Amino acid sequence: MIWKIALFLLISFVSIAGIAFPIVAVPAHWYEFPFIMGLGENAKIIFFHVPTAWLTVVAFFMSTVYSIKYLRNKDIVDDIKAHTSAQLGMIFCILATVTGAVWAKFAWGSYWSWDPRQTSIFALLLIYGALFALRSAVEVEEKRATLSAVYSIIAFVTVPFFIFIMPRIMRGLHPGSADDTNAGPVVNFKMNGNMLLIFFLSLIGFTILYYWMWYVGYKSMLYKEKLNKQYH
Amino acid sequence: MSAYALFKKDLASELRMRYAINSLIMFIVVTISVILFSIGNERISDFLSGGLFWVVIFFSAMSGLSRAFVSEEERGTTLTLQLIASPTTIFSGKLFFNLILVFAMNIVVALLYSALFDSFVLKNLPLFIYAFVLGNIGIAIASTLIASIIAKASSKGTLYPVLSFPILLPLMLTLIDLTKQAMDGATFESSYVELAVLGCYDVVMIAASYLLFDFIWKD
Repeated sequence: MIWKIALFLLISFVSIAGIAFPIVAVPAHWYEFPFIMGLGENAKIIFFHVPTAWLTVVAFFMSTVYSIKYLRNKDIVDDIKAHTSAQLGMIFCILATVTGAVWAKFAWGSYWSWDPRQTSIFALLLIYGALFALRSAVEVEEKRATLSAVYSIIAFVTVPFFIFIMPRIMRGLHPGSADDTNAGPVVNFKMNGNMLLIFFLSLIGFTILYYWMWYVGYKSMLYKEKLNKQYH
Repeated sequence: MSAYALFKKDLASELRMRYAINSLIMFIVVTISVILFSIGNERISDFLSGGLFWVVIFFSAMSGLSRAFVSEEERGTTLTLQLIASPTTIFSGKLFFNLILVFAMNIVVALLYSALFDSFVLKNLPLFIYAFVLGNIGIAIASTLIASIIAKASSKGTLYPVLSFPILLPLMLTLIDLTKQAMDGATFESSYVELAVLGCYDVVMIAASYLLFDFIWKD
């Protein structure tokens, strides 16, 4: 219980700090962020948009881990855990796309420009959307679990390419792409100390939040399955 | 039972019914006709014709390549197949059949396309051929794997493109890029990265397929 209260306080602090701390040319106090070339005021999205993208990767990775476990043990609980994680991954993928699109309107002038990173997150949405389509098309529970485990593994093979490699080698608008002269504030950790601290606190807070959501999610799905089996 | 024997069985059955030869050729002709009708007398750019080429190839693949496993389900011969051969042999046999089918279909598409579209002119033909061969191998591998997954599902016809497209997407993007470069007359050196991506995709997909097919196939 105590860690849930601590998590609430942490995320509240990060949200308030991320939004309220001013961005000035020369930071004088501990609560001021410096001006980043090319980004300006809209740099504050980094505390919310990057954690959602990070959680997408974490959630899909955990989904693959539990899929591999399912293929080894054939324990249906592992399939439930993998499915919950995939659902959360999908939610955070949609959030990352939407927050990115809103930021793009302010930074680049339009919501969608088929920038490589936008294209790759869209491809990820399609891949995991197809996973849910597959799950709904197989009636037999064991076959459904096996097939979605296999597809989940195939899908995760593409994730590092889409999130880490493709947007960095291709030329585009998003920070960190091949023709970004500032090389993006995250990749080379040259962010100011305060920003770095708030950013990592945000990442940690969101990751613990993901774990909590996943735990509640898979337990509730497990109990629903058990109740269904009992009364049918 | 060897993979080659399985391939010969599939080939003999296809030649007897001529499903692949008739329906797929008609599908290719129909798709290209629809594109020609919608373009009308307008002149389309090189890049657009290159992209449409791979669109036609993608939909022809989606129409034809699931037959390898779905036909076994429809005829009720899956159990027999499971008994007489190991999963690796089965996958190799089906993959070989799909490879021949993909190459045959895509050569027809390429010939028809070059004849019918004026803007589809390839200045660096060897580069295009390299990309074509590596790309077809990738399409065949990924399509065979996804076909084995959907063979046991319902609504196979709709599910197959939905599942295949995202898996084939990195391949398609690279192929469209390479086609554009071949049309611009780029050299091999400048396209080396894209060709390497194609090669890597083929290797990764074939490794993943052989590792995962055991789980898909066994009940």
